[in-house]
Amino acid sequence: MAGGFPKDTQGNGITGAVPVIFAATLFAYFASLLPTIAATEVIRLSLPWIPSLGIELAFLVDGLSLTFSLLISGIGTLVLLYSNTYLAGHPQYARFALFLTAFMVSMLGLVLADDLILLFVFWELTTLTSYMLIGFSHDAEKSRRNALQALFVTGAGGLAFLAGLILLAAATGTTSISGIIAQGSALKEHAMYLPILILLLAGTFTKSAQVPFHFWLPNAMAAPTPVSAFLHSATMVKAGVYVMARMHPAMSGTDVWLWTLTIFGAVTAVFASLLALRQTDLKQALAYTTLMALGMLTLFLGQESGYAMTAFATFLIVHSLYKASLFLVVGCIDLSTGTRETDQLGDLGRIMPITAVAAALAALSMAGFPPFLGFIGKELKYAGALAVASEPVLVAGAALLSNALMLAVAGVVAFRPFWRGTVPSGQSPQEAPWQMWVGPIILASLGAVFGIYPDLLQVALVTPTVISLTGEVGEVKELQLWAGFNIPLILSIATFILGLLFYARHVQLRAILERAFSAIPNLDAGWDRFLDGLRGFAKWQTQLVQNGKLSSYLFGTFLTIAAGILLTLVYTGMPMIAVDLSDVEWKHTSIALLTIAGALLALVTNSRIAGIAALGVVGIGIAMIFIVFSAPDVAITQLLVETLVVVLVAVVMLRLPSLPKAGFRLNHALLSVAVGASVSLILIAVVSSPLDLRLTEYFEVTSWPEAYGRNIVNVILVDFRALDTFGEIAVVVIAALSAYALLRTTRKGDQK
Amino acid sequence: MNSVILRVGTRYLAGLLLVFSFYMMLRGHNEPGGGFIGGLTGATGFVLYAIACGTQDARAALRVMPQTIAIWGLGIALAAGLFAALFGDALFTGQWLFIGATETDKGLPLSSVLVFDIGVYLVVFGSILTLVFAMEEEI
Repeated sequence: MAGGFPKDTQGNGITGAVPVIFAATLFAYFASLLPTIAATEVIRLSLPWIPSLGIELAFLVDGLSLTFSLLISGIGTLVLLYSNTYLAGHPQYARFALFLTAFMVSMLGLVLADDLILLFVFWELTTLTSYMLIGFSHDAEKSRRNALQALFVTGAGGLAFLAGLILLAAATGTTSISGIIAQGSALKEHAMYLPILILLLAGTFTKSAQVPFHFWLPNAMAAPTPVSAFLHSATMVKAGVYVMARMHPAMSGTDVWLWTLTIFGAVTAVFASLLALRQTDLKQALAYTTLMALGMLTLFLGQESGYAMTAFATFLIVHSLYKASLFLVVGCIDLSTGTRETDQLGDLGRIMPITAVAAALAALSMAGFPPFLGFIGKELKYAGALAVASEPVLVAGAALLSNALMLAVAGVVAFRPFWRGTVPSGQSPQEAPWQMWVGPIILASLGAVFGIYPDLLQVALVTPTVISLTGEVGEVKELQLWAGFNIPLILSIATFILGLLFYARHVQLRAILERAFSAIPNLDAGWDRFLDGLRGFAKWQTQLVQNGKLSSYLFGTFLTIAAGILLTLVYTGMPMIAVDLSDVEWKHTSIALLTIAGALLALVTNSRIAGIAALGVVGIGIAMIFIVFSAPDVAITQLLVETLVVVLVAVVMLRLPSLPKAGFRLNHALLSVAVGASVSLILIAVVSSPLDLRLTEYFEVTSWPEAYGRNIVNVILVDFRALDTFGEIAVVVIAALSAYALLRTTRKGDQK
Repeated sequence: MNSVILRVGTRYLAGLLLVFSFYMMLRGHNEPGGGFIGGLTGATGFVLYAIACGTQDARAALRVMPQTIAIWGLGIALAAGLFAALFGDALFTGQWLFIGATETDKGLPLSSVLVFDIGVYLVVFGSILTLVFAMEEEI
């Protein structure tokens, strides 16, 4: 994108204003629920949806869901306001605003849903809307590819997630989430606990981009910056974290849960913070720090202690505030200078003072300096890590390393571009318009306000959230700036020293990391190879199966039918065939002979017309069988269809060359015998068991008094089973129109 | 096919087939017949016409595009089904009206079922002619 802010900062008129007002209204509504939730109550709303399956449109507002709802609608409001200027005059702004608003509503539905199926519907909606948003610049190849990658990775996880939800519902006998949680530890002792856990985590880990599924998230930065700020830092990627938190009361506490979440979380956090320092693109660096945060949140959810849960709730809020703010700041820098490369930026603090203040506030919170909320979050992190009974050193070590790296990244992203170096020549940066700095300022200031007055946050959100997670008030730990001289404080000081050291040496560190990571297989390139392989396989099997020869298709189809029936018969036992020819009359014999003669002729002739006519003979023979056994309706239909088919096919066949060779076609003969024999056998098997005549009798009895018709076949077609008939005639119309379209297309092709 | 005898014969035969097809459709509720068979018979008449006189003449004689007929048929069938909703019945429940009915005689029975069957007739008729005409013109 070229440098410079849009000239017309008024945005996009009504299409720009309506979504902002909508989001703000939602935020105000959720904020009005705060007193109720702060009093540790919950609000439920449920409407019947699919009563036969016990599925309800059930919504639950408790500490956890309200925290998420406020973050989603609040950041949503600011992001929509921001995008209105960021994309001012964009020809497709209406589409963008629609996708973003739709995403916001889906995300709200996801966090408020109290029913597994409902949760899944919203889960998939967030996947779809985020696909649209990542691929918003659809004219760029890279953007399309990355959108598809995100869709595939999270979509594949979504399928596993669905399977997990279904198993979960089957195991607990309910789809209600509160119902499952109310069952206490029953789920943990259930035989299906492990499969359920694995499937659910497959969904949440892909959605929340845990290593090794992390590669899609940095690529998703192809989206416009406001989207990255909203989806890929504050909301969508936290959907996986949200579900783990929601299921925490019912599923945590087992060794599998503890170790899976701890290891994946810790690896993701450290790996991502190392990668973050390696990036030179500001947005990419932020993307990796988001990964680190997601890893940290997962790590906390693995534990059960009150410290870990309080740390989870606090860090969740802290991170959303500073990360969304920093993403928006990067968007301002990008528009102002035309670049996001750290080494091409400098001295912006003088020119963009307000943006610089927002960046500084957010970065200080991110780096964990007092008196910001980030500091409290970090202290709690250490306290939480030390409270981990199993491996306090490992967890605290991971936290220490990633926090120090985070501090360094905060310096690279939000300090260096503003206060170091000089403005490179060729750039003429200017301050962002107010719509674009108001969001970052508000979000970043909240980090400071909550840091100085942690009680506000504690009462309003943290305590209710921890209660949602643990179910007990006693587990909640207090948020405080000065907690005395203890181990967390020492670790904090160590973090500052280590972090500042990393920052001072980040250029050298980057070079070292560059070398180190080139040794690790690149999953993103692996993804491309995987897709290429998949395409190659699809091409190979399509050419094999669809070779364009109609006769081979038919051969395969009929062979499958015959084999399927014969195998079934072999497994279930052959029917006993008692040949009793005593009541066979001459008319039966002659019809049979006529039909067989027709079939034989079709096998030997090399003239297509003769073949069709021979098949017509077979068809008429069958119609005669219907007549003999008094089914006049079927016979008439059969005759008419047979006639029309002969006419239709004859028209085509006239133009085709003769069949390549005359003579008896043995393979066709064998196939015909196989199909004929297997169908006959299965019919005999069906007839040999006593026929259930209840339906026949029902129709015989009711046809005249209820449907006023004596022709039972027709009454069934147009009255008793009219809906089926309607479906069939719809198919007839669709088939005719498709064939018509196909015929017309080929003609145009020929004329060229 | 250029045969005067066939062409002249077809004029009468096609008309007869068409009349016969209506008869088949109307008697369907009590005797062998019905919309599907009627539609097939009616289409046969026009197929014959197309073979004898060419599809252009056949299309001209039909006046309406066969696709249009098929789609209208589908619409009529659906309308006949939705009609039941006016009386609070389930979709596709037959609605009957007996004009001039007495104790012993049913009078003239009219029903949404007949309308549905007319829809089936038109779908089959239109779809087959769509295919046959297109194929004849193609080859």
